[in-house]
Amino acid sequence: MLAILDYHAGNLTSVRRALDHLGIPAQITADPTLLRQAHGVIFPGVGAAGAAMAHLTSTGLAALLHELVQSAKPLLGICLGCQIVLEASQENEATTLGLLPGHCQRFDPQLRDEDGHPIAIPHMGWNTVQLQRPCRLFAGIDPASEFYFVHSYYPVPAPEFVLGTTFYGLEFCSVHGRDGLWSVQFHPEKSGRPGLRLLRNFFAYCQEVGHAQ
Amino acid sequence: MLSKRVIPCLDVRDGKLTKGVRFQGNVDIGDPVETARRYSEEGADEIVFYDITASHEGRGIMLRVVEEVASQVFIPFSVGGGISSVAQMRDVLLAGAEKVSVNSAAVKNPQIIAEGAAAFGSQCIVVGMDVLRVPVSPQIPSGYEIVIHGGRKPTGIDAIWWAREAERLGAGELCVNSIDADGTKNGYELTLTRQIAEAVRIPVIASGGAGSPEHMADAVTIGRASAALIASIVHFGEYTIRQCKEVMARRGIKVRMLW
Repeated sequence: MLAILDYHAGNLTSVRRALDHLGIPAQITADPTLLRQAHGVIFPGVGAAGAAMAHLTSTGLAALLHELVQSAKPLLGICLGCQIVLEASQENEATTLGLLPGHCQRFDPQLRDEDGHPIAIPHMGWNTVQLQRPCRLFAGIDPASEFYFVHSYYPVPAPEFVLGTTFYGLEFCSVHGRDGLWSVQFHPEKSGRPGLRLLRNFFAYCQEVGHAQ
Repeated sequence: MLSKRVIPCLDVRDGKLTKGVRFQGNVDIGDPVETARRYSEEGADEIVFYDITASHEGRGIMLRVVEEVASQVFIPFSVGGGISSVAQMRDVLLAGAEKVSVNSAAVKNPQIIAEGAAAFGSQCIVVGMDVLRVPVSPQIPSGYEIVIHGGRKPTGIDAIWWAREAERLGAGELCVNSIDADGTKNGYELTLTRQIAEAVRIPVIASGGAGSPEHMADAVTIGRASAALIASIVHFGEYTIRQCKEVMARRGIKVRMLW
């Protein structure tokens, strides 16, 4: 079973629907027992970093996430989740979870697209990901595949954790982490077949690790 | 590099498509869920549902359609038509839509844009604009006027001013529909599209007038739109979405060709 962490950050049902479609058992939950029992945890979310962190801290979920990562529980951050696993966000000047070194920052409105026009913010739509390091989440996914992005801030992890990058006015990190602690800035649950494949790859890893333990 | 989007628009009344949609093989389909699934498989980047249901009962039907689509189609889709409150927005988003679109209601009560953006984030809020070409006047300096109620009622509001105002209030995207071009199949209103795209920093979807993939290519190059909305050219089987995208790609436009 995969746990989808419920921390009052937007609509989490789209991730659950995608997992249902794939036949992957999943539960939206904030229950520490269920989170500890799950094969892996998906950490999605849309909205503001400050409000999300306030909720995670006051409910004790922030501490629980640290515990889960220390116990090698596989974790997949999506969108806002991908940003707040880092240490700090320019958004609301928030101190965030610090599961990985790095911060996130806002797209500079002065940036230009490839035609020389100022970029629109948010970065919204389909874009490619160039893998900088091998990443199991992308097994079997054509490198030319595109993924659906909606965000105004982007993650800047420590360089050794950059797994994939995307170009929008600048080259930014769109996939980061290490085995078992991955984050993607795009929405795999809204990215058609390649996105579903990524979710399936995450679950396969979770099962593998679960069986090995 | 961000791809330009191709977005088929489906009109729904009481849970059924108002016009049959004909896929290759000439099968007429009136089911919005099945049609959305097929368009997603054909390479649509997003889908727009426009609910023309008037009745309260019909709204409940639409929400069930949205839930069904969300459980079968894993690309973003939006729902518009008659949405006039934050509560209605919430219903549609919780049912699984990525975005909601407001049109006449936002002209009558612009604060709904701000309220929706505050509640759900700007990325969820699309402002649809129906625009009519009119003589330039002090009131309408651009020569483009906002009309409401499906294009029947002029408002005295300048379209360029309204686009900026919608952005200021928190819209995440604008869908600019030319009443003059709509249904002509002679191409999008490129001057209007470009003027609005240059007036705001949020993405603009060009709507109204698509008769060929070339028109779509024009909308995202000359018109500087981020996306092209299409209806009849794909509904009646004239072109597939893949064919539209192939033409755009040959013009050097980045479009998503793998799905």
